[in-house]
Amino acid sequence: MPGDHSSKQYDQDLEAIRSKVLLMGGLVESQFKDAVECVLTGDVARAEEVIKSDENVNRLEVTLDDTCSHLIVKRQPAANDLRTVMATLKVITDLERIGDEATKIARTAKSLKERGALGSLNPYESIRVMAASAADSLHDALDAFARLDHKQASRIITGDEAIDHEFRSVLRNMITFMMEDPRTISAALDTLWAAKAIERIGDHAKNIAEYVIYVVEGKDIRHTDYVYTHGEQAK
Amino acid sequence: MTGKATLEINNLNFFYGNFQGLKNVSLNIYEKKVTAFIGPSGCGKSTLLRTLNRMYDLYPGQRAEGKIVYNGRNILEPGQDVNVLRAKVGMVFQKPTPFPMSVYDNIAFGVRLYENLSRGEMDERVEWALKKAALWGEVKDKLQKSGLSLSGGQQQRLCIARSVAVKPDVLLLDEPTSALDPISTAKIEELIAELKEDYTITIVTHNMQQAARCSDYTAYMYLGELVEFGETDQIFMNPGKKETQDYITGRFG
Repeated sequence: MPGDHSSKQYDQDLEAIRSKVLLMGGLVESQFKDAVECVLTGDVARAEEVIKSDENVNRLEVTLDDTCSHLIVKRQPAANDLRTVMATLKVITDLERIGDEATKIARTAKSLKERGALGSLNPYESIRVMAASAADSLHDALDAFARLDHKQASRIITGDEAIDHEFRSVLRNMITFMMEDPRTISAALDTLWAAKAIERIGDHAKNIAEYVIYVVEGKDIRHTDYVYTHGEQAK
Repeated sequence: MTGKATLEINNLNFFYGNFQGLKNVSLNIYEKKVTAFIGPSGCGKSTLLRTLNRMYDLYPGQRAEGKIVYNGRNILEPGQDVNVLRAKVGMVFQKPTPFPMSVYDNIAFGVRLYENLSRGEMDERVEWALKKAALWGEVKDKLQKSGLSLSGGQQQRLCIARSVAVKPDVLLLDEPTSALDPISTAKIEELIAELKEDYTITIVTHNMQQAARCSDYTAYMYLGELVEFGETDQIFMNPGKKETQDYITGRFG
């Protein structure tokens, strides 16, 4: 960890931003977890709460972006401080999008409940594994960001392929259901939207991991296969 | 955020002979806040600072018109005791100006003009002032050494200690870190953040980033006029006047 700035206020400002980002991360992690549970339980009231709670996340996005702008104008951060602030701005955006995706999952939970009996289609079972992988990814990404652990970040990036793979599985399953029994089409599509939202959450977690590498190593590895050609993964 | 105004400047005009250095300047200096003055060379910021404690009195041909209200009185009036004023409204200059005497006497000199302290009380006052200026640790074993033997950054902090020793209300800092290296500058800025708990501070600076970092209020001046005055956050994030924005972003036109 780098040393303290000569200005204590600067360190306090940075710490305030850091803790708010982690707070935002915690909020969207809960949102995601609750939304997936609503698919299992069909608890419409709870789903409504999840949807409403997105307002808190949106407010945090606006507040945090403003706080970061103030820090930039006041301190003209350089080097690792600049990369940290730039990365934070991007992480905030990805977290807000995760909140939106969780809201979509909650909406499909409501929709599935309203449809009633679904025959042999079990939406929760279909997305359960994917949801767990994405939740782990998100949790690990936030953890890596908090501790600036670029090795953990690399693992998350390579792990995203597994989530994409699981999505393709869900897609194939749903197509099979729809072909066998057209009455399941609406419910199968709902399940697909939920799965797509989960896959997007995995992507956002991967983005966060990429920013960790940017902060620590100073390399912008987005849209490259950096983690496959460097580090532990390159074996 | 506006609170009590320690100094109220009303329609201030200033003349160097026939040349008008300040044109109808009005603003408030708020208590225990840092007010920064920025603007290109010759805009009148140092001139303005020097009216606040009647420093210009020392130079013939310079005169001020208008009102500067401090403690309910217009300090520009002839009846004002300028020595007392300059103790209450102290000034620190760009180039450190330690007296050619010991560190101890540098601090004691000003105090002796106004107060009759015993040796013990004076020792305490000197220590207190040096601690306030974050210099005590570095000079406590060499109080009898000449003030001139200190480094630039230390000399500047000595000047701040000297101002603080006579218990001012206001500190006027005229480009206090222009002659210092980045580390000394950072120490002084950290010091300003502490000092504003007890004193009202105005700072003239060429360094816009310093104004953005250190101050609560910022005044942008140009050619003797006050172009814009407001909370520092507002001025630097979203200034009201295009001229202010141009200056801050380096578009001098």
